[in-house]
Amino acid sequence: MTSTLPATRIVEVRAGILRKNDELARALRARFEAAGVFVVNLVSSPGTGKTAFLEWTLTALHQRGVRVAALVGDLETDNDARRLARSGAPVRQINTHGRCHLEAEMIEAHLDGWALGELDVLFVENVGNLVCPASYDLGEALRLVLLSVTEGEDKPLKYPTMFNSADIAMITKADLATACEFDRAAAGAAIESVRPGMPVLACSSRTGEGLDEWLALLDRRRSHWRTQWPAPGVVPSPATSSRTVP
Amino acid sequence: MHELSIAQSIVEVAGAEAARLQATRILTVYLAVGRLSGIEAGALQFSYDLVTEGTVLAGSRLVIEDVPISIYCAPCGALRELPGVNRFRCPVCDTPSGDIRRGRELDLTGLEVDERVAATCETLSPVNGTDAMTGVPERPA
Repeated sequence: MTSTLPATRIVEVRAGILRKNDELARALRARFEAAGVFVVNLVSSPGTGKTAFLEWTLTALHQRGVRVAALVGDLETDNDARRLARSGAPVRQINTHGRCHLEAEMIEAHLDGWALGELDVLFVENVGNLVCPASYDLGEALRLVLLSVTEGEDKPLKYPTMFNSADIAMITKADLATACEFDRAAAGAAIESVRPGMPVLACSSRTGEGLDEWLALLDRRRSHWRTQWPAPGVVPSPATSSRTVP
Repeated sequence: MHELSIAQSIVEVAGAEAARLQATRILTVYLAVGRLSGIEAGALQFSYDLVTEGTVLAGSRLVIEDVPISIYCAPCGALRELPGVNRFRCPVCDTPSGDIRRGRELDLTGLEVDERVAATCETLSPVNGTDAMTGVPERPA
């Protein structure tokens, strides 16, 4: 018999699996902060009305003189980008070719040629999916999760990771709430259960209900963010996280 | 299903670590996966077997450590482990808390490398003429 020496060795390692994305997202966040552009990542399941909501928001902000732009993620087609371009804001499509989420490198690749310093707010419409986009930081300052009244009040309990990673929840299609027997209190309780203290708004892109409140909240968040990063061009301290909100 | 993308990232990260360790074969990959990481273990395992083919991780085992969510409860002044993923309240005093301290992990924590193969790298050098698999000195050609 030959001697039985230990054939294998277990080596302790500590490495984040998504470190490449996370490092890129951190670099993007620093770049957005230096340029003074407030980036909002819109996440939701498919059919929540993200594009209609964004169309309304872009148009309203554009008319008010806020310099807005949008990156629109989609598995296939540029239907949404063409729809959004009607707002007058610059819009670019990110075709993920079947990928179920956006990653930081896709954002970076689509910023070429845009003068970020000439933008105030950049919206990123993520792929419609309540699971996968939660894992990927895109360097955004604010993550908005949309939940439509047609989906049921318990979606936040079923998809806690996504709701937990968001900063604001928006209930969409509020004009259909009665027809869907949507229980606003139950939805609010579900959101509170997975993300204590997160603000919950409701709106209808069809009637315009609740959208002024959204713009006011967006403006407050952006103002607060700008007090952290007051002058475009100033390199921010890397230690501070822009995800911290009062 | 983003587990395929995650599995590809595992190949990149573990592959880089394997190269650093000068290992040419990995037997086991240890991962810590938090319950809030958004990863479904079954889907990840399935994707892993697909994407590791033809890499240094081919045929390796993926061992997933399930990391529960821990929150900091200010009134209790303590870390509390949550029994589930959709109720962010202290299980002792019922105070809501979004101060998450654990449960978001998606980390490579360890690698099991084949020593015999690791030895091959050394033994292939002209300085040492020992067969990697048997430890027996190589015969001249």
